[in-house]
Amino acid sequence: MLKLARYLKPYTVMLIAAVLLIFVQAMSDLSLPDYMSNIVNQGIQQGGILNAVPVAVRKSEMSKLTLFMNPAEKAEVLKDYNLVDKASADYGKYVKDYPRLAEDAIYVLKNVGTAEINRLNPVLGRAFLAVSGIEKMQAAAKGGVVSFKGMQIPAKTDLFALLARLPEAQRAKLRNEMSSKFSTMGDSMIIQAAAGPVKAEYAALGMNTNKIQTDYIRNTGFVMLLVALLSAVCTVLVGFLSALIAAGFSRDLRKGLFAKVESFSSGEFDQFSTASLITRTTNDITQIQTLAMIMIRMVFYAPIMGVGGVIRALGKSSSMSWIIALAVIVLLGLILVVFSMALPRFKRIQKLVDRLNLIMRENLAGMMVIRAFNAQAFEENRFDQANVDLTRTNLVVNRVMVVMMPAMTIIMNGVSLLIVWVGAHQIANAGMQVGDMMAFMQYAIQIIMAFLMLSIMFIMIPRASVSAQRIGEVLQVEPSIVDPKEPVHFSRKVAGVLELKNVSFRYPGAEEDALKNISFTALPGQTTAIIGATGAGKSTLINLIPRFYDVTEGAILLDGVDVRTVLQHELHEKIGYVPQKGILFSGSIESNLRYADESASDEEIKKAAQIAQAEEFIAQKPEGFASEISQGGGNVSGGQKQRLSIARALVKRPEIYIFDDSFSALDFKTDAALRKALKAETGGSTVLIVAQRISTIMNAEQIIVLEDGRVAGKGTHRELMEHCEAYREIALSQLSKEELA
Amino acid sequence: MSEERRVPQPRRGPMGGMGHGPGGMIGGGEKARDFRGTMKKLWAYLNVYRTAMAVVVIFAAASAIFSIVGPKILGNVTTHLFEGALSMIAGNSGGIDFGYVGRTILFLVALYFLSALFSYIQGWVMTGVAMKVSYRFRRDISEKINRMPLGYFERTNHGEVLSRVTNDVDTLSQTLNQSLTQIITSVTTVIGVLVMMLSISWLLTLVALVVIPLSMIIVMVIIKWSQKYFKEQQDNLGHVNGHVEEMYGGHVIMKAFNGERKSLEQFDGFNEDLYRVAWKSQFLSGLIMPIMSFVSNLSFVAVSVLGGWLVIRNAMQVGDIQAFIQYVRSFTQPITQLANISNILQQTAASAERVFEFLAEEEEVPDNSEPVRSDGVQGSVEFKHVHFGYDPEKVVINDFSAQVKPGQKVAIVGPTGAGKTTMVKLLMRFYDVNEGAILVDGHDIRDFSRGDLRSKFGMVLQDTWLYNGTIMENIRYGRLGANDEEVVAAAKAAHVDGFVHTLPKGYKMVLNEEASNVSQGQKQLLTIARAILADPKILILDEATSSVDTRTEVQIQKAMDHLMANRTSFIIAHRLSTIRDADLILVMNHGDIVETGHHKELLAKGGFYANLYNSQFEAGAVAEAG
Repeated sequence: MLKLARYLKPYTVMLIAAVLLIFVQAMSDLSLPDYMSNIVNQGIQQGGILNAVPVAVRKSEMSKLTLFMNPAEKAEVLKDYNLVDKASADYGKYVKDYPRLAEDAIYVLKNVGTAEINRLNPVLGRAFLAVSGIEKMQAAAKGGVVSFKGMQIPAKTDLFALLARLPEAQRAKLRNEMSSKFSTMGDSMIIQAAAGPVKAEYAALGMNTNKIQTDYIRNTGFVMLLVALLSAVCTVLVGFLSALIAAGFSRDLRKGLFAKVESFSSGEFDQFSTASLITRTTNDITQIQTLAMIMIRMVFYAPIMGVGGVIRALGKSSSMSWIIALAVIVLLGLILVVFSMALPRFKRIQKLVDRLNLIMRENLAGMMVIRAFNAQAFEENRFDQANVDLTRTNLVVNRVMVVMMPAMTIIMNGVSLLIVWVGAHQIANAGMQVGDMMAFMQYAIQIIMAFLMLSIMFIMIPRASVSAQRIGEVLQVEPSIVDPKEPVHFSRKVAGVLELKNVSFRYPGAEEDALKNISFTALPGQTTAIIGATGAGKSTLINLIPRFYDVTEGAILLDGVDVRTVLQHELHEKIGYVPQKGILFSGSIESNLRYADESASDEEIKKAAQIAQAEEFIAQKPEGFASEISQGGGNVSGGQKQRLSIARALVKRPEIYIFDDSFSALDFKTDAALRKALKAETGGSTVLIVAQRISTIMNAEQIIVLEDGRVAGKGTHRELMEHCEAYREIALSQLSKEELA
Repeated sequence: MSEERRVPQPRRGPMGGMGHGPGGMIGGGEKARDFRGTMKKLWAYLNVYRTAMAVVVIFAAASAIFSIVGPKILGNVTTHLFEGALSMIAGNSGGIDFGYVGRTILFLVALYFLSALFSYIQGWVMTGVAMKVSYRFRRDISEKINRMPLGYFERTNHGEVLSRVTNDVDTLSQTLNQSLTQIITSVTTVIGVLVMMLSISWLLTLVALVVIPLSMIIVMVIIKWSQKYFKEQQDNLGHVNGHVEEMYGGHVIMKAFNGERKSLEQFDGFNEDLYRVAWKSQFLSGLIMPIMSFVSNLSFVAVSVLGGWLVIRNAMQVGDIQAFIQYVRSFTQPITQLANISNILQQTAASAERVFEFLAEEEEVPDNSEPVRSDGVQGSVEFKHVHFGYDPEKVVINDFSAQVKPGQKVAIVGPTGAGKTTMVKLLMRFYDVNEGAILVDGHDIRDFSRGDLRSKFGMVLQDTWLYNGTIMENIRYGRLGANDEEVVAAAKAAHVDGFVHTLPKGYKMVLNEEASNVSQGQKQLLTIARAILADPKILILDEATSSVDTRTEVQIQKAMDHLMANRTSFIIAHRLSTIRDADLILVMNHGDIVETGHHKELLAKGGFYANLYNSQFEAGAVAEAG
């Protein structure tokens, strides 16, 4: 997979941007439950009051509060507040916010930072709780008597005035007693508890406490909306970037791969097989493109989300995180078990499907034979066996997979239940607030989802890596046939003398030579034919000339120059090659003929078709030369394809013609007519013909008989009939004696 | 290699259900021409499983209902916790009643467990139904194939038939597996969740409901919009892949004609076009997820804020916020599924339609109900005013009559593509004549049962069909009841025995899928052995042995001679010796029998046959002249 990383390089910046955006998105998604928790805790429970430091306090109340502070604290608190009364300069401004100002002097909080607020919070919180506690006692007084520190005090007594009169040392003692009582509560609990008295103070100031509460919820909601929007914008941008990256990456990869394969010689094609190369360039790259898009998202989103969720969950309640850990472990365990049960069977299913398809294909291909031998029932039985096997395995796998959904829901629901149960105890011990618990449930779901995505990814990655590997394999290969660094050039006046000098060839990896020590010379104006049984090496020999393969030993010289020392382009210019199977490209008949020479005139095209005996059937088509050729040439017959391939080579007017068994699909009559016309046209050129039929090559100037990769005979038909046993055998199997005479 | 075979099939992961990503949604899929009719047929096909399907419906609905009730009850617990916490802070007595909390949670555990159990049972049963249905479809198709006339398969691409057995049946079983369960679960969930939401707060429900159709509309618009690009993407991908296939396939031609630059330029053009639409298509289809999650976040915000507001006005409980959030989250999924279900149903219908269409194809004319017995057939064949054309409008054989006595040899000659195998197909009743009759031993071949008739024929074709079994099994194919000794005897007669012993495992060697582990010539010998074992009265042979080395060819010749002895033979002849020795030559051209007679007669006639015969050696004459 790393081999492909090079193709990602141009997209590094985009990728980093995408990751950053994913990070923002994940953080936004994770912060939403936080805000919800705030709405519940601070908005609903605390009435929108966030801390124990009121924005304003009546002077009278402040004097009560300061009773419960040590002198240093008192000084600190008073330092942060401005005393405002009717005489103050900004009276007009404050009286609107705090209507009570009209009657009493009040303390207004200066513009202090959060750090200061945090310092004041416990001080003022405790003071508020102490004051409200005493007031509550007074309110709950029974029989007009309050019992306070063992003293029976009449309820109407102003306790605060009493306290104020106490000496400072005694008050300090009292304070210590109280703070030890509060110490069990923790700061956040103190703030929560103080929210009530603070709200009461606001009410006393004439402020609209309902508005404070709804404002808080509204503002929080507004922030949530912004966060949600931010997350959405990030996701869309991530989608945009990942689409660009995935499409661009696969475009570059596809291009790289295609260019690579185009530079391959036939040897590399053999190594991979054409079908496999096609699959790699098409399917595998498409596969990678789709997976890249999804993976850019998931690969980064899932871990960020998972880790972020864990950190936040720990922040809410470290003692409950084990629930999430447990859920994740159970979930991953479930996935592991289910897939370890199902995966090997998936592989088996693939095999069984292949088997089923094979039998069906055999049934279709051999329909005549099957019916001829009355084997229908036998075949039905064979198919049924494969069908039963497939159905059984499918059933098992699917029934295992069906466990996933209910099991996953039960894990999710179980987590919620567990959180509520454990959370209930925490809440009872004042360890957390209800909103935190609710947020925790949301985190749990987000985290579990992230891990679920992660596990899906682990299923996808192997698939992608298989494709990546297959592509990498091709990219890695260096073409075995390349142009020389310092090429030789053919001299201008070329005759077309082809000489094979002790040529041997061995296919890569093969144990034996396919061609052994072959030498002959083909001269211009003459026809050299190569004949032999299948597998004798005829096509192999032909393929060495245009350097589809390179010789293993010896050399092929064209006009005295070794073909390996010239540019392939220059070499191919000289050769008109006609393959065994007529290969045409999609387009028109004309575009196919012009493939040999873009600048050929209409006359030349027509002439070539005429010689190749293609004119007649082209004329029969309503659109003539403009007739469409479909991909693979499916709309022309085999013989027509061969004739068009021959015409294509003729358009090129090369010095050397190579016909690799190019007449096999023609009937005898056309074959004969074509050869006659060719003979007239190719006059000065060197012609090489590979053939199976003796009648095709009987009149060649030189016939090379190949047997098992060696030259078994060389000469004219007559000579060979006399001296060459191998040739005679071939000839006799095709023609009767009197015809050969 | 398995990868070659993978090419034409759309890749479908083993995960099945996961395959239906946004791609499937965007692609739109194909539609059935007659949705209603097909669904009716499918329903009839599924009727056997109605009890199982009723179970699925009940259990799916029950499972959904159970899991829907949960959040509301859990919400009550949260509310209780909240109130308990408040009273604790206020310093009042009371606090949290753990007895209540514990009991409720245990109840919920039971409820969720039941829901999961029901869901599993439902899935288990449905899987069973889906698998059985696909098994039945495949079996029906395989049996149907044997009842259909050969002509159908000559007109239809084999890949297409194959695709019905694999892809269509697969799609069918997968969508079947999903759609029923999904419809039930989704509908139940949507209704149930709606009821629960309404029971909590109509105002919140309204907000949630407004958000959802809004998102659906946006998604629909995006789908519609991206469909255009998706189609373009597929088209462009087709161009790129087409070019790749063509260039790789014609690699040597591209090289030989110096076409690299041109090919690369063309590829770049296609590739750029693809890139331009691919990223748009991917981006747009990728938009659905963020939009869905944005909508889900919006609902979350709305529920939190509005819920908070309602709670402080005492119109709702804190726990209801939690329950509502869960409901909204579980609301979007079934709605998306429902939106997608019409697509899935369309897919189901399209696949089902193709399968049903195939199953409804015309079958062969049934055998004669009172067939003539073929025992003791001698092998005389008579053609009586035979008229035939593959297309009834285009008769190619006009009024052909001929008589063949038992043991005679008939050579069929003609240029490539002249329709030489037509005679074979008529004789063995792969096709019926349009007019006239073919008689075997004086009986119209239509009076025999097909099986009986064909058991009198032996066939060795150029296309050497063998199957993925052992050599022994392949020879035994000629007569399935034959014992091992008889098989070996036939193998010896066909010169098979000799080479079999050089193969690994001998007769037990399994021929691989392409039967490429034996040579072409050996395959031909095997088919001859198969025909020898069948011991037919009438023989049909194709002599073409062009791709076989000389020695094997001699062996094949000997085996064929052995086979033809004392049998009426129809030979698609390539060798002049066969043609000259034939009792009757049928000369074919353009599907018709243009001349009949024996060699000398026909040469003397100076017609098509004479012309054909001479043209073969014209070149030789030229050489001699030059």
